[in-house]
Amino acid sequence: MFLALRDLRFARGRFALMGAVVALIAVLGVLLSGLASGLADAGISGLRALPVTHLAFDEKATSEQFSRSTVEEEDWRAWSEAPGVERAEPFGNTLANAQVTQGAEKGEQVNLAVFGMAPDSPLAPEPTEGENLRNGSAGIVITREIADLGVEVGDVLTADKSEVRLKVVGLVDDTVSYGHIGVAYTDLDTWRHLHYGLPGELPEAALRQATAVALTLEDGADTSAVEEATATRADTKETTFGASPGYTAESSTMALIKGFLYAISALVIGAFFTVWTVQRKPEIALLKALGAPTGYILRDALVQVVAVLVGATALGTAIGLALGSAMIGKAPFSLSAPVIATSSGLLIAFGVVGAVVAVRRITAVDPLTALGATR
Amino acid sequence: MTTSATDHRAASDAAGSGGLRLLDVSLTLGDGDTAVTALDRVDLTVAPGEFVAVVGPSGSGKSSLLAVAGGLQRPTSGTVRVAGTELTALSDKERTAARRHHIGFVFQQSNLLASLTVREQLLLPLHIDGRLDASARARADELVEAVGLAHRAGSRPHQLSGGERQRAGLARALMTSPAVLLVDEPTSALDRVRSAEAVQLIAEQTHRHGTATVMVTHDTGIMDAVDRVHEMVDGRLS
Repeated sequence: MFLALRDLRFARGRFALMGAVVALIAVLGVLLSGLASGLADAGISGLRALPVTHLAFDEKATSEQFSRSTVEEEDWRAWSEAPGVERAEPFGNTLANAQVTQGAEKGEQVNLAVFGMAPDSPLAPEPTEGENLRNGSAGIVITREIADLGVEVGDVLTADKSEVRLKVVGLVDDTVSYGHIGVAYTDLDTWRHLHYGLPGELPEAALRQATAVALTLEDGADTSAVEEATATRADTKETTFGASPGYTAESSTMALIKGFLYAISALVIGAFFTVWTVQRKPEIALLKALGAPTGYILRDALVQVVAVLVGATALGTAIGLALGSAMIGKAPFSLSAPVIATSSGLLIAFGVVGAVVAVRRITAVDPLTALGATR
Repeated sequence: MTTSATDHRAASDAAGSGGLRLLDVSLTLGDGDTAVTALDRVDLTVAPGEFVAVVGPSGSGKSSLLAVAGGLQRPTSGTVRVAGTELTALSDKERTAARRHHIGFVFQQSNLLASLTVREQLLLPLHIDGRLDASARARADELVEAVGLAHRAGSRPHQLSGGERQRAGLARALMTSPAVLLVDEPTSALDRVRSAEAVQLIAEQTHRHGTATVMVTHDTGIMDAVDRVHEMVDGRLS
């Protein structure tokens, strides 16, 4: 450290340039992470909030299960009696358009991601304002994204096509979305009307249907028998995120961009420290001639690498957080400490890998070259 | 480490010789048709406190002599003894430690580290050795004073003249109280007056610190202060 920190100070211009590049990459890392978790929230926060471990879909629906799967009453009854199943209840999922017909924003068009469930089941929401769902009331509990449009508790919405009148009974003041649309919770019968999408009475069969069976399974439960008996397939809740519209494409695009960002930063940092080490060759030879073990010089160089990376990443992360908090609400963006810490930590880790490859050439420097050119 | 250091000291006592001793040392560089004999059966003994100059044209093997005497390069045959320690019998790692403990180098054009002040250049060898304490700092101040750089102690190399750099390099080499001081072309960047001063200073320090000093140079006009002059031609020492 004797030399490393003095070199940092002495060649501060060069290190500042390098640090600025790392800081900018860190800013980009924070913004991308925020955007990725914002998009994930917009895509699947409704599913994530469901207090279940698995969802069982019609086995014939192999993609976009939430719009293609239908399960029957006997399915959730069979599931609830199967071994290893703690709880099983019907869950409905459909997208619907509605218009505010009573309330301050009368005439406003609203998109709803409608989640249907029995009002007494654990799937039902816990409103922060107003009341919870009740059977036969055609009430809905809205979430923040819908409330942001000006819809309030007490308003009435009329669904397109089915012409069901939906009374807003409660609000969950949190971002709960599905496929970039705010979630509205309702009872199963109301959900079935919205899902069926025609005015008037529902056909008899439709009254005993749902999209999936929401399950709470014991750890390691073997459900192959009941899956076969009901012709359904249970996926973990996390797996079903991929069935949400656009989620897989969004998250893999983000992961790809972040991966490239880390790779680029490792290369840039590696290139910088390669040039720096090559430039320092005469000094390294001198240190070796003075009797410095290679380990001493390597340690010194690594302290320098880590100091530059940690300093620049911390600065970039701070700037990224400041920019990011200004974006919240204007873009799908959310900041969470673990995600940011992981992103910045990975940047440092990849940078160290790149720099280690570069400073390894210290070992190859021959102390003999410290003697003059008169040989 | 401790044991081997003790062994070296014991060997040194038994041999009864400090200083530098080269016995029948040859160095061949390259192999086959391109092989060059850089050192040809060289014998050289320099006692503590003695200042020896080796002169010769470039390519005569002077720098190879320093490289071998300073443990930077292993000779093809022969033995090199520094302060009683047989350098040629040591592993690479042990040779690095021997350089640190017993050998002081003064390089051509001084070879200072760009980011360090004069005082820090002197402290570096002791930091490398993990011995940077109050007595080291006191010794650094003393040596900076002795080479006449007290007013430059806080300056960096780019702020120094060629002569000042050379003096800083000499002071650094003396920091570890080396048994052997090896000086490579000390006057190559200096004018006549400064050259004479630099060599005079090396002579003074050699006598004061009791180092066995070898200076290689092609500059034959600076021999007044030297105890003994050898000439080197085609790897052979006269």
